[in-house]
Amino acid sequence: MKRSKDPESQAQPKGLSRRGFIRGVGLSGGAVGLLHPEGEAAPAPAVLGPGPVPITLLVNGKPHKLEVEPRVTLLDALRDRLDLTGAKRVCDRGTCGACTVILGGKAVYACSVLAIDAQGKPIQTVEGINAGGRLHPVASAFVNQDALQCGFCTPGFVMAAKAFLDRNPNPTLEQVRKGLGGNLCRCGTYVGIRQAVLEAAKQMRGGARNV
Amino acid sequence: MQAFEYASPTTLKEALSLLGERWGEVDVLAGGTDLLSLMKDYVHTPKRVVNIKGIAELGGIRRTPAGLRIGATVTLDELLASPVVRTEYPSLWTAADGVRSPQIRNMGTVGGDLCQRPRCWYFRLGYGLLAQKDGTSLVVNGENKYHAIFGGGPAYFVSASSLGPALVALGAKVRLASASGARELSVEEFFVIPKSDAEREIALRPNEILTEILVPPATGVRNATYEVRHKEALDWPLATASVTLRMKGATVESARVVMGHVAPIPWVAREAERLLAGKTITEEVAEQAGKAAVAGARPLSQNGYKVRLAQVAVKRALLAAARGKA
Repeated sequence: MKRSKDPESQAQPKGLSRRGFIRGVGLSGGAVGLLHPEGEAAPAPAVLGPGPVPITLLVNGKPHKLEVEPRVTLLDALRDRLDLTGAKRVCDRGTCGACTVILGGKAVYACSVLAIDAQGKPIQTVEGINAGGRLHPVASAFVNQDALQCGFCTPGFVMAAKAFLDRNPNPTLEQVRKGLGGNLCRCGTYVGIRQAVLEAAKQMRGGARNV
Repeated sequence: MQAFEYASPTTLKEALSLLGERWGEVDVLAGGTDLLSLMKDYVHTPKRVVNIKGIAELGGIRRTPAGLRIGATVTLDELLASPVVRTEYPSLWTAADGVRSPQIRNMGTVGGDLCQRPRCWYFRLGYGLLAQKDGTSLVVNGENKYHAIFGGGPAYFVSASSLGPALVALGAKVRLASASGARELSVEEFFVIPKSDAEREIALRPNEILTEILVPPATGVRNATYEVRHKEALDWPLATASVTLRMKGATVESARVVMGHVAPIPWVAREAERLLAGKTITEEVAEQAGKAAVAGARPLSQNGYKVRLAQVAVKRALLAAARGKA
């Protein structure tokens, strides 16, 4: 297999330190060379890892620098490195929705995104949606509607619901049902969850009635 | 997941220079909704992963004289937001809408949908595409509720692609690029039934990247997709049908009828297509076409129910297409 010898400096992720870079090189068997000065022969694209690579994740408005192997998922980076355990690791196969976070304004399964690939876009987790010491309207509607039993799927549902309402501020029950199709609740609290999302929509619109 | 090295090139040329010559060396990453699961289950253990989402030329939906050009990294969400797709290719739109998880639609790409690996549980457990143990099929003698009713033997998985049947019915092509040039294949030729575990279920080669999909203009044709599902939320359909009807007034000049999730490839129902030529679509004609479409089905021990579902899917897709505008 061909390996890159000349990584292009500008293709490196932000926050790359010489030390971290060399450590990554050591673990990858010396595949990657030193930074290439501009103007020389066309550099091959940067190949990073398989050892730890410095990355920066913009989580809940704050940049976090960490070193992860390319194989580390966004979910594991959030939970194991940043201690943000709201997103849950349940199926870990992009099927249940318990790990849902909002990446670049869109709901995604954090288990199915590589952390290294989540750089450069804002990441919002359930820990980051409350403001001024008050629950986000979606979270408080879940409480009001008792929209949970065991609660393990709840953070994922809250994030999926927030992303949905950000795009559909005045949904019908049918649209809510379809809009939350990417999340599972094994306790079967769907009826309460849909009511909570309708209530949250009303709150977020400033109390106007849902038609 | 096995450790791998990672690259995120910004040009197609760079990306192609990073690919391997044999399957298993390098995997291409787009939405990641399938690849990450495959790697976690050690079904794929690439030494290198090449992320192609940063390559601008692989994105975007564009109308050209030859039809609609859809970039490989266009997400299903972007596809659904396209007014052209919605109004002129309802068959494709319905198929994308059938991916019922907003998260998957936000992440998953059109190219990834065509290149995703089969969902057969024996394949996912590491028994390969043919799912054999000691030379006998685990599918035939085992749990085959969701397996093929057409084209089975030696492979019995069903193609997992949501868009494949609609694209085959629409006569779409894929463009495959390698360092030595690009080639075009019809989507129908892109899907293949593997005869051994060393083969793949798609015609893509390890040194190629699927760069775009070209869908011919929808002038003069009606198209529709109908899916039969076990549940409304995130899951694959049990059987689907996509149809494209070239019309001459109220009469079908020629028809394409393609069933999904019933065979290792999108399954073209040629008997139904022949039956429809020269006919006007009525309830009765659609019913006959459905019956003709499944006449050659060979169900396994647990999936006989799919025959009826596929028959109904064909009938309803035809009626939906006939109701649409030409």
